[in-house]
Amino acid sequence: MTTASSLPVPQLADDLSTPSLTLWQLGWLRFRRHKMALFGGVVLILLFIFSFGGAFIYTEKYANFNDTSQRLLSPSAEHPFGTDSIGRDILARTIYGGQISLFIGFVAVLIETVLGILVGALAGFYGGAVDAILMRITEALLNIPTIFLLLVMAKFFGGKIPDIHIGERAFSGSVVVIVVIIGATSWMYLARIVRAEFLSWKEREFILAARATGTSNLEIIFYHILPNTFAPIIVSSTLSVANAILSESYISFLGLGVQEPTATWGNMLDKSAKYLDTSPWLWFFPGMLILLTTLGINFLGDGLRDALDPRSRTV
Amino acid sequence: MLQYIIKRLFQGIPLLIILSLALFLLMMNLGDPIATMGGRTLTRPEDRERLMRQLGLDKPIAVQYLYWLIGNTWTKIDSDGDGIPDKNGTRLGILRGDFGTSLVTRKPVTEMIGERIPNTLILMVASEIVTIVFALVLGIYSALRQYSTLDNILTALLFIGYSMPVFFISLMSMYIFAVLFKKWGWPYLPTVGMFDPQVGKTSAQVLWHMVLPVISLSVIYFAAYSRYIRSTMLEVLSQDYIRTAKSKGLPRRQVVYVHALKNAALPIVTVIGLDLPFLLGGAVVTERIFAWPGMGRLFLDHLSRADISVVMGILMLVATAVVIFQIITDIIYAWLDPRIRYN
Amino acid sequence: MAESLLQVTDLRTRFQTPEGTVHAVNGISFHINEGETVAVVGESGCGKSVSMMSLLRLIPTPPGEIYSGTAIYRDDDLLKKSEEEMEDVRGREISMIFQDPMTSLNPVLTVSRQLTESLREHLGLTQEQAEKRAVELLEQVGIPDPARRLGDYPHQFSGGMRQRVMIAMALSCTPSLLIADEPTTALDVTIQAQIVELVLRLRESLHMAIIWITHDLGVVAGMADRVIVMYAGYIVEEANVEDLYDSPSHPYTLALLAALPRVDRRRDQRLKSIPGAPPNLLVAPVGCPFVPRCEFVIEKCRRENPPLIQVGKNHSSACWVDVKTGAPR
Repeated sequence: MTTASSLPVPQLADDLSTPSLTLWQLGWLRFRRHKMALFGGVVLILLFIFSFGGAFIYTEKYANFNDTSQRLLSPSAEHPFGTDSIGRDILARTIYGGQISLFIGFVAVLIETVLGILVGALAGFYGGAVDAILMRITEALLNIPTIFLLLVMAKFFGGKIPDIHIGERAFSGSVVVIVVIIGATSWMYLARIVRAEFLSWKEREFILAARATGTSNLEIIFYHILPNTFAPIIVSSTLSVANAILSESYISFLGLGVQEPTATWGNMLDKSAKYLDTSPWLWFFPGMLILLTTLGINFLGDGLRDALDPRSRTV
Repeated sequence: MLQYIIKRLFQGIPLLIILSLALFLLMMNLGDPIATMGGRTLTRPEDRERLMRQLGLDKPIAVQYLYWLIGNTWTKIDSDGDGIPDKNGTRLGILRGDFGTSLVTRKPVTEMIGERIPNTLILMVASEIVTIVFALVLGIYSALRQYSTLDNILTALLFIGYSMPVFFISLMSMYIFAVLFKKWGWPYLPTVGMFDPQVGKTSAQVLWHMVLPVISLSVIYFAAYSRYIRSTMLEVLSQDYIRTAKSKGLPRRQVVYVHALKNAALPIVTVIGLDLPFLLGGAVVTERIFAWPGMGRLFLDHLSRADISVVMGILMLVATAVVIFQIITDIIYAWLDPRIRYN
Repeated sequence: MAESLLQVTDLRTRFQTPEGTVHAVNGISFHINEGETVAVVGESGCGKSVSMMSLLRLIPTPPGEIYSGTAIYRDDDLLKKSEEEMEDVRGREISMIFQDPMTSLNPVLTVSRQLTESLREHLGLTQEQAEKRAVELLEQVGIPDPARRLGDYPHQFSGGMRQRVMIAMALSCTPSLLIADEPTTALDVTIQAQIVELVLRLRESLHMAIIWITHDLGVVAGMADRVIVMYAGYIVEEANVEDLYDSPSHPYTLALLAALPRVDRRRDQRLKSIPGAPPNLLVAPVGCPFVPRCEFVIEKCRRENPPLIQVGKNHSSACWVDVKTGAPR
């Protein structure tokens, strides 16, 4: 067989050298390709800058400063988003409202993720009676439309926590309440996902091997199986932030959420319906901000889902 | 098939029991019925105690749950609050349809809910129909025209659609179709209530008043469903049996609407069926904005007044509806899928 | 002399993918005569399925594209017909059966429906007439108790039975050409034999031409009149079946035949496989695509892709080398 080859040889599938990338590197490359997700990420960063950076331009005192002689002014140079029904500047309020809304969104998801992982991991790993009980509880909670649960719990726990003072700022205690109840009523979806993942990973051989060498169950759960389930958890949690922000806005809109004077985008919309005829800016700006946030998160979540799907290796 | 139905029905029962327990416990912790009922007149501890005994609130939780479930007509209760049971109770328990009386209006809860349910149902059924029709049309269309510019635009719009909070849609549609239209002298849509009190409760009035609330309720859902239907159809259309159908020279219409759609229908029916009762959640917000006299509004009004009986009655109803719809959806799915039906 | 049924010239099909253009079919030409059985042989990915599906225009055309060639079927170019005209051809003149009977039948439609719809569409039969004919067809393909099984769903049949149903569907309108894309690959060996036997029997009674796509040279010997060997989207050898087995002329054919497990070989001899892997179709080849795996490579092979060269009666091979002697042609 002649082997002299100074001439180009047709490529063999074997010869194509693909750099060996880790799952994470692959994920980032594919994510970059998914421009919508990038767009979502950018939007979110901008919103963050708006809410937290804007605090350097407008003080909280200004946001709460009300002068009824200035009420219901349409957008102008002095008040770019107009003023509300008691004369407060809406732009400033949306800045501070954004801080609370975003804060609630992320912290609630944190709570929800921890709960969801705990329940899902235990149910999936131990199976049997543990699984049966945990799943019945999960299902029962899933069977009640969340908004009802939220409203009831908001009403009950509503006034129970006093205002919190951090530094110069004062926050209504209802913020804590809302964060906790949103977290406590949304973990079920994640629990189901985590449980399914654990059910499948539990049977893998490397787990058997870990057990054979005497690794404790706790270690197996948290060090061996859990890291493999990060991808669906990240996707689910990202998308949950949008849900949490929406939930907060729903309850606040209905008057049972975060209480005045602490602003959130949701409770700013509460009064706006009354003045619909005359002052559309009351609902337009907070509403748009919620929409942009949700959109950004949905884009981002979609992109993450595509990127982190380990099944397709094409870059 | 019949076996399957019976099996599913039986599976639903423990779930309902757990739900009722959970809700009951919630209810017990929710607020102070004494304060609500008695108002400011009950300041003396003796009066409070008396009311507690009359309402049976001094009994252990398990007994209270039992009374709630099956009533107390079969036992003696303390009707005058003096500590001595004297005559039989009058409650029938929820299993016999008695959800108690409202702490606010003193009317039976079942009556109050019964008044409002039809109004909510009208909204929900109409929204569901609008949602399904639009979602099917848009979903199938964009699946067939994958890659086209129109598909991309549609996908983007729908994405925005389901990212919107319900009230934003409501407020925006109210602003455009009621306020702006009115300002421009065009016929405009009403935004309050079910009908104009001056004209009376005619079908035309109700239909006219329904437009905005139905739009609010359906946009989010049909945006989400369109995407789902599109992806389901795309998946089905890539299956081998579609290739076979095409290779037989069947006209495209038949391939899509018979061969593909019948298969896509299975997961679509499941999603829609399971989601249906959750439409009630959206109804709560929508009914508030449009002052629609439905169950959602009832819930809100009485929740803010801590009227536990009404709140619990509605919660129980909603939860039961969810479980029942799950069972129905499962059964329909089993009936539609010949692989399950003929086994 | 048999009449020419199908004449394909320079067929080329490619797919646009995010990674680049996949050249699946690179200029193949062949003909099929009436009533003849031609086997198309090659490894997975060599383009045999894609080329036949291109004939029926079943390639999805956003990513796919038939960008060159003609396929003259009875005086008409299949590649130039409109979609409606193709719908008339498919199922009626040219039918196709596929590899996996599990997934190729629609699970939510009855067998009756799937059989009668072509009959009603192409032959205009009424529902009653179509159902009667469907029962006859099921009987012909060997389904026991056909009248009762008409109302059954695909999942109620076994794998072999499903393939028989597919065959019944394909033959329902008595096409002149049947394209069978690896119909027995997914079946048990014993069932394979039954299906092959069934098709041969039906071929006789229907005077039908068959293109039988397979990667199994063993099956070919018992049923084909001619054989076409494909590699990397090219036809590399074409011959009558006896000539192919008696004097294979292309190194690839040689390797395929050598790789067949044989009863008369010594048991301690290793099975011969073909070294290397099929080429990456994203890259248009320079020279002969088989070079990396070929035993007979000479300089010219790397420079020029050999066309089909006549090496015998009805026998051509795309190779610069005479494999019997090792010398260039």
